[in-house]
Formats: sequence, C-alpha cells, structure tokens
Amino acid sequence: MYIIVVGGGQVGYYLAKALLDEGHELLVLEKDAARTAFICSDLGSVCVRGDGCEMTTLAEAGAGRADMFIAVTGEDEDNLVSCQAAKHKFNVPRTVARINNPKNETIFKKMGIDVTISSTNIIMESIEEEMPTHPLTHLLDIQEQGLEIVEIKIPPHSPAIGKTVKELPLPAGNTLSLIIRSQQKPFVPDKDTILEAEDQIIAITTPESEEALGTTLRGS
Amino acid sequence: MKVVIMGCGRVGGKLAGLLDIEGHNVTILDIDEYSFRRLPPEFGGTALVGNGTDEDALKKAGIEKADAFIALTQGDNRNIMACQIAKHIFNVPRVLCRTYDPLRQELFGSLGLETFSPTTIFAQMLKERLLKAKPKGEKKAK
Repeated sequence: MYIIVVGGGQVGYYLAKALLDEGHELLVLEKDAARTAFICSDLGSVCVRGDGCEMTTLAEAGAGRADMFIAVTGEDEDNLVSCQAAKHKFNVPRTVARINNPKNETIFKKMGIDVTISSTNIIMESIEEEMPTHPLTHLLDIQEQGLEIVEIKIPPHSPAIGKTVKELPLPAGNTLSLIIRSQQKPFVPDKDTILEAEDQIIAITTPESEEALGTTLRGS
Repeated sequence: MKVVIMGCGRVGGKLAGLLDIEGHNVTILDIDEYSFRRLPPEFGGTALVGNGTDEDALKKAGIEKADAFIALTQGDNRNIMACQIAKHIFNVPRVLCRTYDPLRQELFGSLGLETFSPTTIFAQMLKERLLKAKPKGEKKAK
C-alpha cells in the first residue's frame, strides 16, 4: 500500500516507523527542515519537507496514487483541511485524521473524513479505567449507531441492590448485557435477575443516556 | 442582520465597524484581546475573546442565531474549519471564508463554501490597473 503521512512529530515519526516495518510504501510530509532531516537520517529518504495542505505539495507527493492518507499534525484545522484535499482533490480512498480537541469529532465526520482518532479521548478513557471511583468505564464506542458499551460496578449502597432488572428505571434503549459476579461464571441477566452489591455490569447505552444509567445503577 | 466575524485584524476590524454603523448586530471574535484596538472607538457591537474553531466559543458569540459568519483570520485552514462548523453544525445561512491560497480557495469553493482569495483578487486588480489606458484628462506629472 502507498501511504502518505502528514506531520512528522512524535506520532508521525513512530507511525512511519511501524508502517515501514510492515512493508508499506510511505512518505512523510513535514514542514520543519530540521525534523525532516532527522526522519530521513533515521528512516531513510521517506520524508519530504512540505506543507501537507498545499495542493502542489500533495500532487508532487503522488497523492493521486495513494491508498491511504493519514494526517497526524498537532493542529486539528490542518488535519481537517489536508484530509479533505486528499479525499476530494486526489480521490484517496481512505483518509484518517488525528483529532486533538474531542469537540471536533463531529465536524470531521460531517466533512467525510473516514476515520478519526481523538488522542485526548483515548488518554481519558485509559485513565478512567484505572480510576476505581469512576462510575462508568467506556469499553467500546460504536460510532455509526451512536452506541457505547460500558462497564459499571454496583457500589455497596446502590439503590439497585435487591431489585430485579425489570424493576430498574433503565433509560430507553439501554440494555444490561452481562453480569460478572465474584465466585460465579459471567452470565447474561434476564428480567428477573436480582442485582447484588459489587456486581460488575457490562451494558449497552448511548452518550445521551449514560449518565442516567449510572444514576440508576449506582445512585446519585 | 446578526453577523459573527472571526478575526479582528485590519479587515475584520474595518468590516465590523462598517456593519455596525449601518445598524447591524455585530459580534467579533479574536483570540487576542489586544486585536480589538483595531475596532473604531464608536463600535457598538460585541467583542469577544475566543477561538472561532471552538464550538463553545461560537455559541457564546451567538452563532446559533446568526444570519452570517465571516472568517478573517490569518490562517486559511482555521478559516475553512470555522466556516465548515458554522455552515454544517450551526446551519448559518450565509458563510464567507477568506482563503489566501488560490488553490485551497478553488477546492473549498467547489465543495460548497463561499471562499474569497485576496491573493487572486488583488493580483487581478493590480494587473488591470497597470494595463488599463489612463483616463482622459490625466497628465503625466512633470
């Protein structure tokens, strides 16, 4: 595959290294001369000095025959513009953008960028998993359908303890998919399952209703 | 008309003043408060410190009720991104985008943004001025 990477910072550099190891044909576009020289001396002549938002630079880089275009600069606006240029001007089949401000995810999706990776969100989610007090841990986002899979632990004083699933005021569209209880095999709850303290619950929810789900299962 | 302008440089400050004098409701955004010195002293609109590519800053500027959004910062990409947010997330009816780079102006123009390239416009204007016959009655200075 021929892959163009825009931005030769830490992310771009290590990404280039990994993609080269996998045997891909690769070109990194980097604005800074010193950084370009460093990457070339380390990885061979795979880095060209240039602005990945300039059409002439992209044409020279052979964007027209690229299979994939990955923009990983530290500026969201640069990633958004270069990916759109790649997509609409050079018809690159797959565009991938790094997003620094999580709020920008919507506009990237609306403008047709195929894959967005929010580094801030990924770091936050990893930290959440390590926080015992956090009400709810994000395990997976299913972006196309607006769903997310989360893990919730029932604390000792939760109002949900002793109640059956059907008695719980679950937000619409939320499902409890799996219960992990100590000394037992994980099981799929039905409407008559009674919740216990310290149950670990894997649930399907939405970004809008996750807070209400947390309140139902953990109390406010 | 309610207009939100992003970038209080020479053009932004001037435009804000012109629209304000004509009685329009103008909000101008800039990341640097010092830029607002370019606004005329009698400016009656709102000057807000904020980043126009940030949805929350745009909301504070009243983008949800704006009739028009104009992006006039020094960065083409910033202008394009802010305009796409205004157009596609906040559905602002009229969105104008300054894009210095003629190629980017062309591309994003074809993608549906109303883009202007001062580079193209000014070069064209200078060329026409230079090559146009001098108006009658105008004489060479001695």
